[in-house]
Amino acid sequence: MADTIDVDGKEFAVDEEGYLANLNDWVPGVATVMAKQDNLELSQDHWDIINFLREYYEEYQIAPAVRVLTKAVGKKLGAEKGNSKYLYSLFPYGPAKQACRFAGLPKPTGCV
Amino acid sequence: MSETIKKFLYLNRKAPYGTIYAWESLEVVLIGAAFDQEVNLLFMDDGVYQLAKGQDTSGIGMKNFSPTYRTLGDYEVKNIFVDRDSLAARGLTQDDLLQIAWEDIETEESVENIVTVVDAPAVRALMDAADVVFSF
Repeated sequence: MADTIDVDGKEFAVDEEGYLANLNDWVPGVATVMAKQDNLELSQDHWDIINFLREYYEEYQIAPAVRVLTKAVGKKLGAEKGNSKYLYSLFPYGPAKQACRFAGLPKPTGCV
Repeated sequence: MSETIKKFLYLNRKAPYGTIYAWESLEVVLIGAAFDQEVNLLFMDDGVYQLAKGQDTSGIGMKNFSPTYRTLGDYEVKNIFVDRDSLAARGLTQDDLLQIAWEDIETEESVENIVTVVDAPAVRALMDAADVVFSF
């Protein structure tokens, strides 16, 4: 894994697992580029989750575990989205891990 | 999966910053929440400062993780206790502490604040009743 990613000609530092080194650096293009590396194209449904995670982090200062994310998404975006099948269909590498990475957050607590 | 539900008590006795104990304890609680046990938290001595409102760490170059305590309800923690004598000895009351809500979105059952201030006999009873005590 490269230690930087290139977003519209600007370099962003990432850690050895590909998470953005500095949360405050994040711009939406980071998510787009990271998604492309994972062969994903981001739809509005992806962005809803990514924005949700950023708001959650802003409020609580942690990235939620997947169980908590599922519950919280259900509450905010509706029960049909608050289930792991839906979230895995958007983020095949794991909704918490992969979506948090796209959102520029640290790896969720409790993920190995 | 084992069906046995154990009572876990996380005992927090140190100030939030200056040592890593408070943050480590919180992380263990958050990780341990995945195991479906009955989890109680108890704050006493300088540990009561962990729940203090209005923390500002900008002067010490550490992350203010106090907002994270407010997620504990999402992590299936239903009971958070604070020792009354420890609060009183530091000139604090429940009004100085964070409020932490708990809600079950399936049953829509909810509790506005799961933080309870308790007297010494209740503290002893909590320790007696726990199957496992983690002391930080």
